[in-house]
This record gives sequence, C-alpha cells and structure tokens, in this order.
Amino acid sequence: MSTPALSTRGLGKSFGSLVVANDINVELPRGERYALIGPNGAGKTTLINLITGMLKPDRGQIFLGPDEITSLAPAQRVRRGLVRTFQINTLFPHLNALEAVALAVCERLGCAGQWWRKLPSYGEAIEEAHAILLSLQLGSICYRATHELAYGQQRLLEIALALATNPKVLLLDEPAAGVPQAESAELFSVIAGLSETITVLFIEHDMNVVFRFARRIIVMIGGRILLQGTPQEIAADKRVREVYLGARHHA
Amino acid sequence: MTSSAVSEPQRYLEARIRWQPLEIAFWLASLLPFWLTPSYLVLASQIAITALFALSLDLILGYAGIVSLGHAAYFGFGSYTAGLIAKWGWGEPITGLAIAAVAAGLLGFLSSFIIARFRHLALIMITLGFGLLLAEAANSASWLTGGADGLQGVRMWELLGVFPFDLYGRAAYAYSLSVLFLAFLLARRLINSPFGLALRGIRERAIRKPAIGAHSAAHIRKIYTIAAVMAGIAGALLAQTTETVSLETLSFQRSADVLVILILGGTGRLYGGIVGASVYMVARDQFSGINPQYWYFWIGLLLIAVVMFLPNGILGGLARFIPRRWRSA
Amino acid sequence: MIASAVGVLFDGFAYGMLLFLLSVGLSVTLGMMNFVNLAHCSFAMLGGYVAVTLTNELRWPFLATLPLAFLAAALVSVAFERLLYRRLYGASDLEQCLLTIGIVFVSVAAAAYAFGTVQQSVTLPSYLRGTVAIAHQSLGVYRLFLIGVSLLITVALVAALEYTRFGAQVRAAVDNQRMARGLGIDVGRVFAITFALGSGLAGLGGALAVEIVGLDHAFAFTYLVYVLIVVAVGGLGSIGGSFAAATVLGISDMAGKYYFPELGAFLIYFVMITLLIWRPGGLIGRR
Repeated sequence: MSTPALSTRGLGKSFGSLVVANDINVELPRGERYALIGPNGAGKTTLINLITGMLKPDRGQIFLGPDEITSLAPAQRVRRGLVRTFQINTLFPHLNALEAVALAVCERLGCAGQWWRKLPSYGEAIEEAHAILLSLQLGSICYRATHELAYGQQRLLEIALALATNPKVLLLDEPAAGVPQAESAELFSVIAGLSETITVLFIEHDMNVVFRFARRIIVMIGGRILLQGTPQEIAADKRVREVYLGARHHA
Repeated sequence: MTSSAVSEPQRYLEARIRWQPLEIAFWLASLLPFWLTPSYLVLASQIAITALFALSLDLILGYAGIVSLGHAAYFGFGSYTAGLIAKWGWGEPITGLAIAAVAAGLLGFLSSFIIARFRHLALIMITLGFGLLLAEAANSASWLTGGADGLQGVRMWELLGVFPFDLYGRAAYAYSLSVLFLAFLLARRLINSPFGLALRGIRERAIRKPAIGAHSAAHIRKIYTIAAVMAGIAGALLAQTTETVSLETLSFQRSADVLVILILGGTGRLYGGIVGASVYMVARDQFSGINPQYWYFWIGLLLIAVVMFLPNGILGGLARFIPRRWRSA
Repeated sequence: MIASAVGVLFDGFAYGMLLFLLSVGLSVTLGMMNFVNLAHCSFAMLGGYVAVTLTNELRWPFLATLPLAFLAAALVSVAFERLLYRRLYGASDLEQCLLTIGIVFVSVAAAAYAFGTVQQSVTLPSYLRGTVAIAHQSLGVYRLFLIGVSLLITVALVAALEYTRFGAQVRAAVDNQRMARGLGIDVGRVFAITFALGSGLAGLGGALAVEIVGLDHAFAFTYLVYVLIVVAVGGLGSIGGSFAAATVLGISDMAGKYYFPELGAFLIYFVMITLLIWRPGGLIGRR
C-alpha cells in the first residue's frame, strides 16, 4: 500500500481540563475525497487547525506523505502542499479576484518579493491564476473586487486561493457554509471535479452533500474519532444514527 | 492560447497601472514654480522634501498597514548623516545623499527585525519609543550633533559641480523635485509589482497570509527598509538644501506632522503624501504669523474631523468624483 | 534632594504611585476594549488645571479640590466617549490613534490659550508641606500623603474588582469580551463606567502631580509617554501589572536622574523597548 497523502498518529490537544482532541489517528490515501462530520464542538475545525499548524498539539505526530511535519510553521506546510480554507471568509476585501489568486501563485513561485518588474509582466503567474478562476466558473467576475462578490462566489474564491498554492492535500472547512442549498450542490460538483492528484478532506453538515460526494467519512464526537468508513457503513451504524443522524434524519 | 501575445488578464492589469493624463499633468505642473512663483522656490523645495518623507511613510502605513509614530527617526538620521559628511569636508551633494540613504537604510534594516514581530499597541509603542530614544540620544550627544543649537558648519558644494545652493532656492527645488520624482517612480514600480500586491495582502488580511504560504515577516522587513532609505534621503535633502540640521528633524513633532500630512492627503494612493504635503505646508506658510500653539489646535480639530467624517483623506473624498476606470487600488 | 539611596527610593516610589494613578485607567480600558486612547493624559491635565484654579483663584482647600478634579475628568471623559470614542470601537488602530492624537493637540493648545505656557503650582495647606523624620530619614510629607492616597486607592480598586459584582463584570469583559456579552453582561455600559472611572483617576493623578512634577500646557503629551510605558510594560488590563511597572519606572527614572543625569530619558526608553521585545504582552500581561 502506498504512503497516505496525509496521516496523523495519536494527535492530542487540551486546553486545561478541556480535551479538544484525543488520540486522533487518520490516514488519507492519495486522491481520496473524505468528509469529516460531527456535531458542533466535536473538534473538527480544531483538528484542521492542528494539522495545518495553527494550533500546536500536546501529543502526536502529523505526516504529509512520508515526511513528518509536526514541527513546521503553517507557511512552511503550505509550501509543502498542505492547504486549508476557512469557515469564515478570510479573503482580501479590496483585491480583485484575479489579483488575489495571482498573489497566491506568486507566493508559491517565489516571486512575490520582487519589486522591480511590474505585475502584468509576470505572464505565467497571471495565466495560471486566470486558469484556476476559469476552472471554478469564476472567469466572469475575476476583475471584481472581492467584497463585491456574491457569497457563493467568495467561497469559491477561497478554494481558488487554496488551489493556487498547488496543494497535494486540501482541507476545506465548511466550504458551503452560508451558501444557499441550490448553489452548494454546484460548489461541491466543482470540488468533486478537482484533479485526482489532490487529496481532499472537507468538513460538512449537509448529509446529502456528504453522502453524494465523499468516498469515505470520518465521524468525530467530543474530540475523538468515533468511526471511519464508507457512506453506507456510516449510515448503517447504530451509534452514529443515535448520536448524530438521529436528530436530523435524511431519508 | 500559448501565443506570445499578451493575454486579456494581462492587458487588464496593464491598463490599471498605466500613467493617467492627470498624473502627467501634475508632474509637468510641478515645474511651474520656476516661472510662476520664483520667490517661493525655497518653500517649494520644502514641500518636495516633505512629500518625499510622506511618501516613505505611505509605503509602510498605506500599503503594509504599519502604524509608526517614530518615522522621523530615519528622516533625522539621514539628515544628520548628510550634515556631518558635509561638515567633515565632503560637500558634494549627490554622493552625500547616497551615503545618508545607505546609513538610514541600515538603521531601518536593523530595526525592521523588531518591527516585523509586532502589531497593534506594541508596534505603536515600539515605533514611538524608538523615535524618542534616537531623539534623546541625539540630544545627549551634543558633541556630535550640536545638541539644541543644531549642527553648524554644513557647507555644500555646487550641485553637479555647477549649480550653487543659494537663497533663491533654484538649485534646491530642482534637486529636491528631481529626487522626489525618481523616488516616486521607484515607489510606483514597487506598488505595481508582485511585491506591492503582497504588501496590500498584508494590509488587508494578516491572517490569510500564512495560509497561502506568504513570507510576511520578510516582506515587512523589506518595505520597512526601503521606507527608511526614502525617509533618510528626504532628511538628507533637507540638511543639504538648508545647510543646517536641528534636533527637530528627529522629534515626535515631525513624526506626528508627517502622519497628519499623509492622513490628510489619503493613504495608499501614492499621491496622498504629495497632496497632503502641499496643502499642509502652503497653509502653514500662509498662517505662519500664528502662534504655533494655535496651529496645532486647528490641526487637532482637523484630525478629529478627518477621522470622523473623511477617513480616506482629501484624495479619498475626491475619488468619488473620479471615473472608476481611472482609479488605482 | 535627600542624598541617600533610601531617599531616592522613597521619592521614586512616590513618583511611581503617581504614575500608577495616571496609568491604571488606561491599562484597564485598553485591556477591555483595545481602544488606543492617547488622549488619556489630557484628562489628567484637566484634573491638574482644575486643582490649580480652585486653590489659587477660588482659595479652596487643596484636599477639597481632589474629588472635584476626579469628577471633572470623569464627566468630560464621558462626554468624549459618548460623542466620539463610541463610534470608533471597531475602527483600526490608526484611526483611534489619530482621533486621540487630535484631541491631545486640541487640549494642549487650549491649555496654552487658557493658562499660558508657564508652570503652574498649587497652594498646599501647611500640614502637607515640609518633611517629617521617620527612622532617621527625612521624608517629604506631601510624598507620604501621595503614597498613602495611592495605596488606599489601589486597595479599593483591587477589592472592588474581586468582591463586587461590577468588578466581576469588569474582569470578565477584560478577559473575553465576546464571552462576557454572551453571558448577558452589558459590555458597553461596563466599559463606559470603567472609562469614566479610569479617566477620573487620571484627573486625580493630574491634580496630585502638580506639586511633584509641575503642570504646564504640554503635560498631556509629556506624561503620555510615561503612561504608555507603564501600560505596555505592565500588561494591558492588569492592575497589578500597572502597579509593578509604575513602581519600577518611578524608581528607575528617579535613580537615573540622580545617578546618571547625562543619560536623561534615554535609559527609560531603552528599558521599555527591551522589555517589550522580551515580553510583548507586558510583564504580567496576557495578550
């Protein structure tokens, strides 16, 4: 079996007596589409924060491919291909979409520190940025300032920024949060259409979307992983039904 | 789609940074004082120097979001360096300017390591403290700086070997204006480069930057050093064109003044410092009879009014009347 | 000037207590709302001028002017808070900085206009003047009085914070504003009252300062720097931190002026920058 794209071993974190992550063991094979579900406060965003390095774990290790990244800074992890989006938009309000994605591309290419050539002369970076926006159906609005975009478009822009870093592993924190139901299906089909070279883990609450787009599901409760498996296995599990699915039963 | 022709997005970005007719008109107009107001050339050169100083502050404040209450440290440092070089016998202006620029840049580079690590109140405090520290040091080291009496014995040679710095200020204005213009070109290129984009990203969302793998601290150090160089050049120009240096060049007063000027003109618009400096210094010259206390009374009121009602300064207020396609960032 | 280390310590401690009174309000309000109020010492200056006017012009007894200095500063600060500050709570550091710097400029100019630029003084009652001998040391009566008042106020503040409901609300709001709101605490009201109290204390400090450091139109700026140092070094929102930082600053400034007069204020700024670099959150700070 080939090395998983992302794995954690025994990851743990507490704030005083509050345990937010307890012995988390996860293995994401390359190219898979995983969903991370659980009730509010289960520790899903915390887990993403731990994996990306925005939060320091008390115990455990994190591996990107074969390399351990537990002690790397967030920006370093990004450069190695581990990228996340945020639940609440953290975009650049006054940059237009093209500029924002071009910035991410330039940072990756290492030319963001160059100040003696004007930006339009960096054809390669701009083309790539434009191509990413087109692939996410954002071509028509790429010259609009971010704060003028519709919310669904902003969420897609979040993903565009992540894609610009040429990720190997993409962690999406509720990518469709706040997006009306009709648009969220569209958003997820775009995500599903992402290249197979990218491994995707997304946090989501809408079970329809989860069962449709995820190939495997991880269920978290109270900082622990309750269960991992295919959608069918998860749907059939009694504990999951009781604790989580029971309250919001989707036929 | 792989032709060597420039693509549509590139053309769009290119159009945004093209020189606007208004800009060209402005710079041509800056030559007018030579003919229209020849008795005000000394003031004009002071405006150019202040504009350059304000431009340097705009780079860190307007584009990278660093609030500094001590930017005069680099202005004064450049001023004293240039003054001392001339006092010690080397009165050639341009090389003196270059040396002062390097000195200020070095100081900026060293302090940037500290600056880049802080935000909010701690950053404000550190910049304030650093400025006050340097001012105190200059005050105490009166054997070097002349203390409260100022630096004496600064004698400049002719500019380019031909034009003397005289009371009419022709050489002074030509010199200051040329340096301002060159610095402006540099700032303009910088803002329109990928680095400029990165700075705007820092200003807009410090949280996001690590998540796209950005080297934020390195970027901040770089722009802070560049701004220090520019401020040092402005200070050196002042020393050379007035043939004197006083403690005032390092004072909190000067740091606060340049902040007011930039806010007045509008941050993040490249021309804000120039507009602000022009308005401020012409006004101050007109009201020069007034007791300085009362001047600061009105400045204080103006600041309050600007913050409450016109947060984007003069240029921001005017921007509403300028067609969208002409506007830059 | 008492020519002994104990004398320097005593004077320094008294100076430190004065700085504490001037700074504690700013520390707590900064910690609570993160509002950069650079005009804090303008309220102190107001208190000073109130005391000066009342004792010199209206011949009030000095002690009676103190509560009035407190009240005047508190009331004026409430007016500013309602009219101006309130609108900028969510604004950027820069805007808050600029607004309050503007207020400082206006207050300094207004003071110069109303009172001129000369040093002011208060008329002290005879029982507060002179020195008293305690354990072979000759200590200034006024400084003893200042230390006494400050310690009393410190105890009152700490007690109020620990044991009253309002104090608990203040602590909650400083600790985590969002949480406090979530618990039903009217953070806006808590802040307004705290702000008034803090400014009032500054006013009181300003009145008490006249005898020790004098008062002129530039007071609002001169002492702003010291207050900012105390706040930054002591840590935002911490009364204990402000107390410690003020004491350290007062004693080192006094010692510096006495033993190394050529260095001037250089030492203080240097110490501040070093401390901030080492502990950006302040000595006992949290952020």
